Amino acid sequence: MIRAGAQALWSHWARHRLQLLVVIIGLALATGLWTGVQAINAEARVSYDRAASALGQTNLQQITRADGPLRLADFVALRRAGWLVSPIAQGGLRGTGLEVLGFDPFTAPQGAAVPDLRGAGDLSAFLVPPGVVFVHPETVGRLPDGLPPARVLDTIAPGRLVTDLSIAMQLLRSDTLSSIIVLENQPQGRTPLSDLDASYMLSAPSEGSDIARLTDSFHLNLTAFGLLSFAVGLFIVHAAIGLAFEQRRVLFRTLRALGLPQRALVGLLAAEAFVLATVGGSLGIVLGYVVAAALLPGVAATLSGLYGASVSGSLSLSPIWWLTGFVMAYIGAAAAAGSSLWQLSRLPILAPAMPRAWARANARTARIQAFGGLGLLTAALILGVAGDGLVAGFACLAALLLGAALLVPTALTLIIRGLSRFGTGVVTRWVWADTRQQIPALSLALMALLLALSANVGVSTMVGSFRGTFIGWLDQRLASDLYVTTRTPAEAAAFQDFVADDVHAILPIISADITLGGTPGEVFGIKDHATYRDHWPLLEGAPDVWDRVAAGTGVLVNEQLARRDDLWTGATLTLAPDWRMQIVGVYSDYGNPAGQAIIGYDTFSARFPDISPLRFAISADAPAALRDRIVMDFGLPPDNTINQEEVKAFSLEVFEQTFLVTRALNVLTLGVAGFALWASLTTVATMRLPQLAPVWALGLTRRHLATLEMGRALVLALLTAVLAVPVGLGLAWVLLAIVNVEAFGWRLPMQVFPWDWAQLLLWALVGAALAAALPMRSIAKLPPSELLKVFAHAR
Amino acid sequence: MPVRAICAALWLICMPMIASAQGFAGLGQDAEGYALPTPAPSFTFPQDHGPHPEFRIEWWYLTAVLEGADGETYGVQWTLFRSALRPEGDVQVWMGHAGITTPKAHFTGERLARGGIGQAGVTPAPFVAWIDDWTMQSRAATGDALDALHLTATLEGATYALDLTATGPFVFHGDNGFSVKSNSGQASYYYSQPFYEVSGVLNLPDGEVAVTGQGWLDREWSSQPLDAGQLGWDWFSLHFEGGERLMGFGLRDEAGISFTYASWITPDGAVVPSNDLRLTPIRTAKVAGRDVPVDWRVELPSQGLDITTRAINDDSWQATLFPYWEGPVTAAGTHQGRGYLEMTGY
Repeated sequence: MIRAGAQALWSHWARHRLQLLVVIIGLALATGLWTGVQAINAEARVSYDRAASALGQTNLQQITRADGPLRLADFVALRRAGWLVSPIAQGGLRGTGLEVLGFDPFTAPQGAAVPDLRGAGDLSAFLVPPGVVFVHPETVGRLPDGLPPARVLDTIAPGRLVTDLSIAMQLLRSDTLSSIIVLENQPQGRTPLSDLDASYMLSAPSEGSDIARLTDSFHLNLTAFGLLSFAVGLFIVHAAIGLAFEQRRVLFRTLRALGLPQRALVGLLAAEAFVLATVGGSLGIVLGYVVAAALLPGVAATLSGLYGASVSGSLSLSPIWWLTGFVMAYIGAAAAAGSSLWQLSRLPILAPAMPRAWARANARTARIQAFGGLGLLTAALILGVAGDGLVAGFACLAALLLGAALLVPTALTLIIRGLSRFGTGVVTRWVWADTRQQIPALSLALMALLLALSANVGVSTMVGSFRGTFIGWLDQRLASDLYVTTRTPAEAAAFQDFVADDVHAILPIISADITLGGTPGEVFGIKDHATYRDHWPLLEGAPDVWDRVAAGTGVLVNEQLARRDDLWTGATLTLAPDWRMQIVGVYSDYGNPAGQAIIGYDTFSARFPDISPLRFAISADAPAALRDRIVMDFGLPPDNTINQEEVKAFSLEVFEQTFLVTRALNVLTLGVAGFALWASLTTVATMRLPQLAPVWALGLTRRHLATLEMGRALVLALLTAVLAVPVGLGLAWVLLAIVNVEAFGWRLPMQVFPWDWAQLLLWALVGAALAAALPMRSIAKLPPSELLKVFAHAR
Repeated sequence: MPVRAICAALWLICMPMIASAQGFAGLGQDAEGYALPTPAPSFTFPQDHGPHPEFRIEWWYLTAVLEGADGETYGVQWTLFRSALRPEGDVQVWMGHAGITTPKAHFTGERLARGGIGQAGVTPAPFVAWIDDWTMQSRAATGDALDALHLTATLEGATYALDLTATGPFVFHGDNGFSVKSNSGQASYYYSQPFYEVSGVLNLPDGEVAVTGQGWLDREWSSQPLDAGQLGWDWFSLHFEGGERLMGFGLRDEAGISFTYASWITPDGAVVPSNDLRLTPIRTAKVAGRDVPVDWRVELPSQGLDITTRAINDDSWQATLFPYWEGPVTAAGTHQGRGYLEMTGY
């Protein structure tokens, strides 16, 4: 009996292959996008962790000096006092975008992710000049000349050179250490830190890497997109499985009447859902891999451009993915089939097998939905105004989107009720009434469409605002024509003489690493010059801001520092325990995760007498010619002279890369929503015969009916798209005013792009037309006998 | 005695050497530009207590067999190895090993450091050898710097602080300290101070233990590594109740112990080199998953010596980067005494 039941149930899918395809594709899309996004996130996180904790910095305490940088002598003093510590020299390799990480193989913590030097001759080669640099295979091509011989190692973070401490210090031209890490098990009886040197401080391990923290928002973004796709995919599956249940009601009654126990029937249907989920899930995982592999290089480029985070561009397969992919598929199938199974399990044995529109929500359901939607929108409002933190920002986003989606059916019903007043003809009035009647059946698909469209509006508004602000800011910030880096103080002096006659202005760029508000930052010293007075992108400032900076009585801070520590104009900034200055202005500093301060050049020189400027910003009439002269006649390597145009072009390129992935996901989500609409329309179309047959019988041609159906689909899509615009703008506002501020530390002014909305409306219509085309065609071609059957059955 | 220390010290350097020897079959022919020991040396102290960076390898190797106030026998090891990574002598690596053996436990310490930054080193005057917070420091007001030492080390779970006072002269092995090691002419500079009286405190997990006993310091430097065919060695330094001392070792290859050497040291410090040392394992124990011969029969017919040595603690395993067995032993038979045993390659 069970076998016969299974065969009978399966025969449905054999006859409705398209429907089967829809279920499987829906599940595959849902799991695929989710899995893909998770794979990207996982890959990136692995890269960060590997990079950040190569030497265990993320879980080991560190020793710092309150009064300046750490030097080798500090490391030796600590070791000789019995402390098991290990030094690290880490920094950017000038002009390459590469990072040098120098470690001490003799004291590095056990289990550190450093090259294995136990092989024959490895340690000697590593220590004896010129030494060895270990790099990831992808980094080999980026290595400049003049480095120690490179060895390739997969476990090194891309963009990083791992080498011996002393070699690293030479490469970095530095005599300071970037950190001293404290190993886990310390022996007893070591000299207390305070007895060694009062300025030593023990600091807690950094909570995850800076990079991981900075990129959290980016990954949350991706995850949100993944979830969105998953939800949209579920709409599809729900529609298709629900339809299959409705269509098989007669069958269920027959099977039950023939003696198949209810429990067995439910079991069979659950097994069916399980099989479908397994097949769909498998396809989804493959799809997810394809999506991830296609997007990962873009993500890697984004992360390195935006945050300086190195992520491998190649994807590694992890069993966790397969598992989570399947789990998501089963959850999806359960969510989609659950309500139908529940209904079935409570169905009286000979319940009327009349197919009723499965999704025809009664008035009560609609009301509950609407109230739920309103509640969520209120929650979004509260979170947006009073919420604090990145998670609150994303919760606000979720509440906004979900609330808006839940309100879609009610809003559409109200709108159409309003519109129906304008039609007077019999057919017109029928069309409006029938449209309204259809909304519950289409509501899930329309919700999906609203989600996709508003995400699109929101994200494109954010990207556009970002772009507009960023370009304007670049113009202000990069006011000089050439940026030149000299190699030694002597060369710097000679260089200033060399160009003196050809330039309007030569401004030294001089900076020092410093602790600002307890985290690493930078302080710059600037000359009093019109370049700054006229162009520097100040967000706010005292009236005499530049005079006070020049006089050494005021300091400028970047927006990140101002927001993070709530230090605005008028507040006092502590640059060192014995050094406080009043803040006279705040400037925007996009793309820089760290705090920054600007003081007058003379103040800087007095404070850091050892630092002399090596970099210069130059304004000249003929920058190109001057650049040639600097390279040819003065003999500075071409890489040391950067044209302002190049910097801008590079920055914009990074920027465009950054949002490539966002756009790609946007298009994918929209595609999934279109698919959901198509699936719903197909579902509805087959169930609409009882409603269409009387109208046909009254004299409307099938063709006319099909045209009306198409028009209806377009109207619904258009209305949904119009509703999506304000929702999308709300989304953009949350992204710009809450999420970005929390994630990056800066706030961007919102700009609107109505032309983009018009395009999106058009796309929504095209999508709806495509989605409606096939079901409409089947109505147009419906054999009259089918329509007549409706009356014959007279159910 | 280069074999003795190479075990631990020279993973840094022997490993690459062995590998290159297998490639070029030229092991030990020359020391690749490093300085070589020459016969009939004359040492200058205190300078020669300090490092000789032009030689490839060098060590300050101290072991002590001690008796606690609690009546138990203890062993202590303190070793500092230096190795040069190139003949110019400008790239040096230091390694410290420390051990405490009790009848029931064995504590290990290991430290590594690059040279040239002050984390580890040796200065001859005032004499101090150090790595991290471990020190071997002269406290001699008169006489030779090594006549009186203060010794400290921090191990995993234990520490010690000992004072050592020499009651006899330095002992120069081989030809006045030019110690030939093999038929192919490998040699090292090698002298010892086997006459230390030791007192101090072991700081163990169960509390402090005051100890007294006898210590033995080896000073050796060379440039020539081991033969590739050698699998390991067994090395003894023994103090007998009559005041004599014995230093003896056997080198093992595939066929077993293939070469032995012994220095018989009389109570007044005279050295009698002997080639008739016989070493026979009489009991093995499972140590760190290996079969290690912890009790031995040691025969030196030329001195009428026939004794059995027994490990104080079978588990005297130094679980360092290059692990080996190093611990105190008692000796019984024709002579009664105690001392230290080192075994590598098991």
